Amino acid sequence: MKRRDFLKSASGLAAGALASAAPAIWSPAKADARSETLLIVSEGGPNNLDIHGVGTNVPGYEVCWNCYDRLISHEMKAGPGGVPYYDRDKFKGELAEDMNIGDMSVTFKLKKNAKFHDGAPVTAKDVKWSLDRAVSVGGFPTFQMAAGSLTKTEQFVIVDDSTVRIDFLKKDRLTVPDLAVIVPSVFNSELLKKNASEKDPWGLEYAKQQTAGSGAYKVTKWTAGTEVVMERNDAWVGGPVPKVRRVIWRMVPQAGNRRALLERGDADISYELPNKDFQEMKAESKLNVVSIPYSNGMQYIGMNVTKPPFDNLKVRQAVAYALPYQKIMDAVMFSLANPLFGAPADKPTDVVWPQPHKYNTDMDKAKALMAQAAPGGIETTLSFDLNFAQVNEPLCVLVQESLAQIGIKATINKVPGANWRTEFTKKEMPLFTNVFSGWLDYPEYFFFWAYHGQNSIFNTMSYKSPEMDRFIDGARVAAASGDQAAYDTDVKGFIDLAFADIPRIPLYQPFVNVAMQKNVSGYQYWFHRRLDYRSLVKG
Amino acid sequence: MLTMIGKRLMFAIPSLIGVVVVTFLLTRALPGDPAAYFAGPAATKEAVEQIRKKLGFDKPLIEQFFRYTSDLARGDLGTSLTTGQPVAAEIRNRLPASAELTLLGLFISIAIALPLGVLAATRPGSWIDHLCRITTTAGVSLPVFFTGLVLVYVFYFLLGWSPAPLGRLDVFYSAPPTVTGFYLVDTLMARDFEAFRSALSQLILPAATLAIFSLAPIARMTRASMLSVLASDFVRTARASGLKPSTVIVTYAFRNAMLPVITTLSMVFSFLLGANVLVEKVFAWPGIGSYAVEALISSDFAPVQGFVLTMAVMYVLLNLAIDILYGVIDPRVRLEG
Repeated sequence: MKRRDFLKSASGLAAGALASAAPAIWSPAKADARSETLLIVSEGGPNNLDIHGVGTNVPGYEVCWNCYDRLISHEMKAGPGGVPYYDRDKFKGELAEDMNIGDMSVTFKLKKNAKFHDGAPVTAKDVKWSLDRAVSVGGFPTFQMAAGSLTKTEQFVIVDDSTVRIDFLKKDRLTVPDLAVIVPSVFNSELLKKNASEKDPWGLEYAKQQTAGSGAYKVTKWTAGTEVVMERNDAWVGGPVPKVRRVIWRMVPQAGNRRALLERGDADISYELPNKDFQEMKAESKLNVVSIPYSNGMQYIGMNVTKPPFDNLKVRQAVAYALPYQKIMDAVMFSLANPLFGAPADKPTDVVWPQPHKYNTDMDKAKALMAQAAPGGIETTLSFDLNFAQVNEPLCVLVQESLAQIGIKATINKVPGANWRTEFTKKEMPLFTNVFSGWLDYPEYFFFWAYHGQNSIFNTMSYKSPEMDRFIDGARVAAASGDQAAYDTDVKGFIDLAFADIPRIPLYQPFVNVAMQKNVSGYQYWFHRRLDYRSLVKG
Repeated sequence: MLTMIGKRLMFAIPSLIGVVVVTFLLTRALPGDPAAYFAGPAATKEAVEQIRKKLGFDKPLIEQFFRYTSDLARGDLGTSLTTGQPVAAEIRNRLPASAELTLLGLFISIAIALPLGVLAATRPGSWIDHLCRITTTAGVSLPVFFTGLVLVYVFYFLLGWSPAPLGRLDVFYSAPPTVTGFYLVDTLMARDFEAFRSALSQLILPAATLAIFSLAPIARMTRASMLSVLASDFVRTARASGLKPSTVIVTYAFRNAMLPVITTLSMVFSFLLGANVLVEKVFAWPGIGSYAVEALISSDFAPVQGFVLTMAVMYVLLNLAIDILYGVIDPRVRLEG
């Protein structure tokens, strides 16, 4: 009998009688608390509870998503395997009860009874202050807002106490979706202003430590690096009141222990486990394991096209024919990924991204290309980010082995996580592997950051091509004006060109894997790939 | 006595200054750019520069150093970028967690190692001597994270005797009001016996892991020093005078054999305190070691500096305590020396 079942059957007994049997929980009150509480274990925790903060990490986004509301959010649809998946094209109000898109502006009417955690009503001036904050604080939030052409505080207009209008700078299909990501969260402006200072006009210091929102949960205790405790906000109006009363999120650095906690039934949900563990847990089927491909994301091999040897197209093609794609899928990913290689030669290009390219492992072709381009062989370095060594290290070893067969001697360069970003900005690494994914699931969005000649940090290959820019800009304009035919042509154009010029070689589309107890249901996939506690149900 | 302590503390000042300067320079020499790291995945060059300015890393090194030391003089160790908390507060919270674990581990270790060492020394070549040799060799040659994982696997996963390795308390207990920071003491003071049991059961496995690792130096040192004392003239005299074997061993030999053991103990303690990172990782223990390593990985200067400084201060105090203890155990040791 499992301890959990035992506790249930014995919960009527006095605490003293239980003491001899269960080491961790002795009183029935605690067993009840357990049934209403969701225990999540993961490797890392937040460093800041405010997504507008300096250097807020990804776990911090999860807290923000659940403790703050946005004006709008997405509807759900059935995703891969029937798992609820956010619908890119359908919006619903969260703080707004009504959204009215005009030609050059969008107007939101706020829900009348929406209140912040401290009881203050959510008004139009809170919304404006929060959006102003997002475009003013600099760094990631400002950057994300700009991706939807939201850059100026004048764009956010208070019409009346419960109506906000957002003016468009230009027509951009991404403006409205960008209002549904985590960054434009609505903050309690009075509370933050009270705790702001001259040096810190946006109250970043206060919001870093505690949540000041109107969301479905509020943080009641946060010990950095150890745990986050969140309680349900029963007055939430953003959607149906969540089922889980309390969420305890503990940081357990050891992956093996996280798995043990799940299998023993002590933890309810975990993610960030090695692929092998997920694969085994799936096979054992004692737990629910959900695997959903990253939206608009991929792991790839990138090559710096500004410098020899990879400025030579033939060398890049040789690498593309030499990579051990299937081995990587089997031995590194344990098949928990969608292959992005080996499409049939006659397959027409689709208007979707990511999609498989037509290269496959073909050593003879690779050797022939190398014989033409660099008969003397090549020496280079293959870099990866140590923060993701679990996948990157075996992947790079396999790539190194294959490249050696065609005369490319690659030395593996392990870059510590703290250093990876710096190396990235320098754009000097000749050959590297990385993951890129965009929150907004549009091909032109991915290409704008990863292939456009503006040479953003994500264009890690420093790839520049006027033809490519023409396709990408064309697709953006076509999307804004709704010209589907022109849009399709341009999207197919840039995808074909990216595969022909092959500055980055897509390998696979990784999965988000989440393991949970059988009695936990209601998991939803979101573009940010973190958990949404609001839909989860236990028991 | 007091003048001696004062003098010793005076001597410690130059080494502390040295530690401050060296850690400052070393952390600045680390590869990696904290500004780029904390600007996040989507940062442009301008955003990185903005953050560098915010963090004060655009200033010349010497100015950064003066700002650091003047903050230090006010007891401000800076703010960690990874956890977002003031370093002084975090060290204050985390040090007791590590200290409690290390002390209990050391206590278990002493309780086993001292008798084992003494017995091995009195009967060299016997089965107990071999037992001592095997246990200590095994203990020291197994890496701590391995011992830890095996213990978790057996006692938590397979047998279910031990609670989930989730840190200092079961998830559903709240921490006792902080008095000493040691949960075992604080829960008793708060008369919360359930929490006390929970804290104790959480402690047993990690403390045992540390104990297994630290058995070797203590047992070996006890054995060696007992052997040499037992071979010395005064023990032979005591035996010849017809004293009971137990009196000879405990009163005469053991007390004299203690000095090197105490030295080893102090070294083991300070080593464990800083080096039990792996145990802390395995048991999700919110200790100071894992804090420092995490900070190091992300080029987070302030916690690294704070950690090294705290450790340096602890070493100084520990050495002082050991010196005083010497005088208590062996009056021949003159403290003024």
